[in-house]
Amino acid sequence: MLNISKVETFYGNIQALRGVDVKVNNGEIVALIGSNGAGKSTLLMTISGVNKAATGEILFDSKSIANMPPHDIVNLGISQVPEGRRIFSRLTVEDNLRLGASVNEKGKNFDLDSKDVYDLFPVLKDRLSQRGGTLSGGEQQMLAIGRAMMARPKVLLLDEPSLGIAPKLVNQIFTSIKNINKEKKVTVFLVEQNAKKALELADRGYVLVNGKISLEGAGKDLLNNPDVQAAYLEGGK
Amino acid sequence: MEYFLQQLINGVTLGSVYGLIAIGYTMVYGIIGMINFAHGDIFMVGAFVALISFILFALTGISLPIVLILVLLIAMVFTACYGWTVEKLAYKPLRKSFRLAPLISALGMSIVLQNYVQAAQGARIKTLQPVIQGGFNFFKKSEFVVTLSYLQIFIVLVTIVLMAIFTLLITRTALGRAQRACEQDRTMTALMGINVDRTISTTFIIGSSLASVAGVMFVMYYGVIDFYIGFLAGIKAFTAAVLGGIGSIPGAMLGGLLIGLIETFWSGYISIEYKDIAAFTTLVIVLIFFPTGFLGKPDIEKV
Repeated sequence: MLNISKVETFYGNIQALRGVDVKVNNGEIVALIGSNGAGKSTLLMTISGVNKAATGEILFDSKSIANMPPHDIVNLGISQVPEGRRIFSRLTVEDNLRLGASVNEKGKNFDLDSKDVYDLFPVLKDRLSQRGGTLSGGEQQMLAIGRAMMARPKVLLLDEPSLGIAPKLVNQIFTSIKNINKEKKVTVFLVEQNAKKALELADRGYVLVNGKISLEGAGKDLLNNPDVQAAYLEGGK
Repeated sequence: MEYFLQQLINGVTLGSVYGLIAIGYTMVYGIIGMINFAHGDIFMVGAFVALISFILFALTGISLPIVLILVLLIAMVFTACYGWTVEKLAYKPLRKSFRLAPLISALGMSIVLQNYVQAAQGARIKTLQPVIQGGFNFFKKSEFVVTLSYLQIFIVLVTIVLMAIFTLLITRTALGRAQRACEQDRTMTALMGINVDRTISTTFIIGSSLASVAGVMFVMYYGVIDFYIGFLAGIKAFTAAVLGGIGSIPGAMLGGLLIGLIETFWSGYISIEYKDIAAFTTLVIVLIFFPTGFLGKPDIEKV
């Protein structure tokens, strides 16, 4: 469904991605793990068209999206929940959700679209008139995921959904990611530092080191791989 | 008392004009974080389009209410085209550049517009015969007769209607929501599937149309314009926007009203020569006590 081949991305003169090959099939949860600065967020931003790939190809349903502007890519069905959530803190929860639905006829079917989101995160329904910035970290993450789901995407890109969230809520977030995949039938590409949780959830996984994929395989295989354990799973994680 | 009332009426009228221009400054600042120094000259272009349209319509003999509506529409459409073009030519290519670049480009556009109008229309002042005459007189028996002209009523009414429509647009529509989102995080707005460039263009179109309405009112109220009126009116409206809190739309309306009132009361009671100094001094004093203006609040964000 999403086919990334030999993608290289630069920030000025600094090369962040050095020929990345990743494939995400329809219906899968694919995890991308790696340390800080490996290029995980850069890869997601390159898929979304915010960063442009200098070379390489990104195909979505065998259509090239490498040179498309971000808003067209969202319209095709790829939504992203970026690192740090980036909700519109000055806008109400309802406005945040309505913005998420912008691609569906300018959000005219808000009640219908939002029903699915309330199924996933009932708490949002009680907070509709509150400003986004007044929510707790976990609720903000729910809002960020809910907002992306409002667009009814085919592929959901998630960047560090567990970052800065109370451990109790982390489980809830991961459960809802599972629901999004299994019940809402959305393909998920998940970037995480919490390698253990991510690989437990994922069908397949990739390890990104210094802008290159160093390992790939089924989630469980990677979880048992001694190199992965040494690099990403030590320290009681 | 009579004198006070007259100054109040004049001040509210002038404040309406400033408020309409100030909205354009504050909107553009909100959405792309730059001061559009060419905005005052967009207002001036609006005044010229209005003047030319009034003169042309005077030849046709169409009745006054229709002429007023037509002139407003023509000025809005023409001036919106100017505002849109200025953004495309002078600001959009610089969007990823350093912060000062579009500001310098804006100063350049301001000079271009002034010289273009000077070349096309001449440097001499242009006059317009009063379009709307007459009004209500109050306190006829006292020494000072207070006049509320039909023109003043027209100006204030049009301003109120436009600001009401505009407030609804910003708070209730998808476009307004997209604009508020852009103000906060343009990348994230694009990730919502919103065309950010188009949203910015629309902002310039709306701001320019409002400024052009102010231009129509200015030429009707004063009856005299030249290619340079955009400078002072622009700076006053910018002052109004900062006074109200730059980036805040109710702030721009409030700031415009305040600057209009301060200017007329100062002229009426103290000295007409120093009215501009009064407006700018007020700004300095207000900024000492309210660094973000009256309604511009820095948000405390929970991380």
